[in-house]
Amino acid sequence: MAALKRLSHVMKATTSNLQFVRALQTTPASFNLKRHQVTMIPGDGVFPELMNYVKEACEAAGAGIDWRVIWASETGASQGFGADVKEVLDSCHATKVCLKGIISSPHTVGAEGLLATLNMRIRRGLDLFANVVRVKSVPGFETRHKDIDVVIIREQTEGEYSALEHESVPGVIESLKIITKKNSERIARFAFDYATRHNRKKVTAVHKANIMKLGDGLFLDCCHEVSKLYPHIEFDNLIIDNCCMQLVSNPNQFDVMVMPNLYGNILDNLASGLVGGAGVVPGESYSKKVAVFEPGARHAFAEAVGKNLANPTAILLCTSNLLHHINLDKSAQAIRNSVEHVIKSGKVRTQDMGGYATTLEFMTAVLAQIRREAAN
Amino acid sequence: MSDKSRLVTLIPGDGIGPEISNSVKQIFGAAGVPITWESVDVTPVKGPDGKFDIPQNAIDSVNKNHVGLKGPLATPVGKGHRSLNLALRKEFNLYANVRPCKSVEGYETAYKDVDIVTIRENTEGEYSGIEHEIVDGVVQSIKLITENASRRVAEFAFKYARANNRRTVTAVHKANIMRMSDGLFLKCCRQAAEKNRDITFKEMYLDTVCLNMVRDPTHFDVLVMPNLYGDILSDLCAGLIGGLGVTPSGNIGEQGAIFESVHGTAPDIAGQDKANPTALLLSAVMMLRYMEFYEHADRIERAVFETIKEGQKLTGDLGGSAKCSEFTDEICRKVDNY
Repeated sequence: MAALKRLSHVMKATTSNLQFVRALQTTPASFNLKRHQVTMIPGDGVFPELMNYVKEACEAAGAGIDWRVIWASETGASQGFGADVKEVLDSCHATKVCLKGIISSPHTVGAEGLLATLNMRIRRGLDLFANVVRVKSVPGFETRHKDIDVVIIREQTEGEYSALEHESVPGVIESLKIITKKNSERIARFAFDYATRHNRKKVTAVHKANIMKLGDGLFLDCCHEVSKLYPHIEFDNLIIDNCCMQLVSNPNQFDVMVMPNLYGNILDNLASGLVGGAGVVPGESYSKKVAVFEPGARHAFAEAVGKNLANPTAILLCTSNLLHHINLDKSAQAIRNSVEHVIKSGKVRTQDMGGYATTLEFMTAVLAQIRREAAN
Repeated sequence: MSDKSRLVTLIPGDGIGPEISNSVKQIFGAAGVPITWESVDVTPVKGPDGKFDIPQNAIDSVNKNHVGLKGPLATPVGKGHRSLNLALRKEFNLYANVRPCKSVEGYETAYKDVDIVTIRENTEGEYSGIEHEIVDGVVQSIKLITENASRRVAEFAFKYARANNRRTVTAVHKANIMRMSDGLFLKCCRQAAEKNRDITFKEMYLDTVCLNMVRDPTHFDVLVMPNLYGDILSDLCAGLIGGLGVTPSGNIGEQGAIFESVHGTAPDIAGQDKANPTALLLSAVMMLRYMEFYEHADRIERAVFETIKEGQKLTGDLGGSAKCSEFTDEICRKVDNY
């Protein structure tokens, strides 16, 4: 069974073999009896506070999780005595699933003299090539734009995040952006598989191939080639600047989008802003073997540390997605329903959603709702 | 300075370019702006080296007049043509692209009270054009950030902010990821801020700007950033106020400046008197301010905004049914009356 379960993670992340995944998902809830090992990286800013609520929410929802907590950080006080990358990689490889807060990346070159940030080293070390952020209007929470439902799929191991920079002569810096055929094809296939599995109609490749003719051109070519294998999915492409303009004026035209690293960072944030901000949008990253769940727009919100202000919605939805991923569907649904219920009822909302509630007040309402849901 | 008429190079452009250029000329005439237009054609000609390039007389004209107004140009796709826009930028060393985005009353979008200026480094960065395939299937694109260009655009941003009564300059960067290149850009901005203490300086990650911009754009004032980020954010901001049809743009160089509308040539409606000249007109207003014809600039700008606000004589893209000439006449009438 254990082998089969491990295989299910592999399948979920990469496969288009729908039947097999469905068969696994309908396995009876007896999984609940077993406790699951999950890596937890609390990260920086408000996330260590929020992780305590996550644990409570999981217990309340009846999900038996043994958290392997790893303190990894490269800022401030934690720098120097936080966990090293190897510890993170080992734990994630062992548990296959991880819940991750946001690790802040300082401007300065790291303690080890590396240009690569800790996030980059973790993502590359685990080969978390695909980042998925589904940006969906939050039911009952009004924003300028209605009924948004876009999926942003971002290549996450290369591109502008290659950390290859040098000073050719004083005052002149070269920064290399690397685009490879292998990784571009891989993310394109992932995007089309995702679209297929989730009944999506269209995939849009976002690029700047009019300027970076070789680099982004290669990315676009790969998407185009891969699209031919998926005749049931519509394929088009859009230049990144136009894409941003379209998103703020008519976001409903988009379905699934796929793009190189930096554009993903831009679009994740832009789209999250459209539905209410960084506090409400979950995200997830996949390698062939490991799934990491972390908020879709990555902001540690350091200015709110200890102020009881942060919105736990995004990290709770990440948690729900994580539980769903390890087949704890009932617990996953209880957490999601409860968060949505509390937001929809409109009485208890954090400040970023226009409310007056503290994190604790919001969580008290959510936890009470989870307990009600779980009792049913 | 304004006693004697000054020469300005006019590049009418392709598609709807000639019509909207005429509209600008007509309105400038009505407002009595003391400038004389020198129209030039920039259709590429084959040079002695066999390459197609801008004709010499166009270059001479801008070099002589130092100020130009440009309609949309059609860039032939592929075929080894250098993009004309890029060629002009290189030729005249137009290092800063300035795009003010201000909500247009009477043209409703999801956002109100937007008033942002994006200033984009225009000569290097991701647009260096240096790319190569190292081995099969691995492409390397070089983003070039230099101290000189970064400092130049940073200092321009503060100068612009002061000249236009702006309070805050925000440097937009990604120095947490590109620690050396964006780090250098940020360092230059900080140094410029030191010298311009009367203007508030902020720095923000590109992603944070995007996140906050779409939630509440009223928090932003002047933004300064490297090339690609500027490209993206300027279009994003244009999206907030209704698109490129109402957004002006100016390219500032050391010896001169070219102001332009950044929308397309709209070949489908060219020659039908349907085009909206607002973007080119507002670019021309920016040009007047650059030339220190403040009074004329204010008068024309007021007439444009009032005409749109009244909503009687709007072109198709603004939701009306008026012709370009009717829209233009209405503005002329208002300019006359003020």
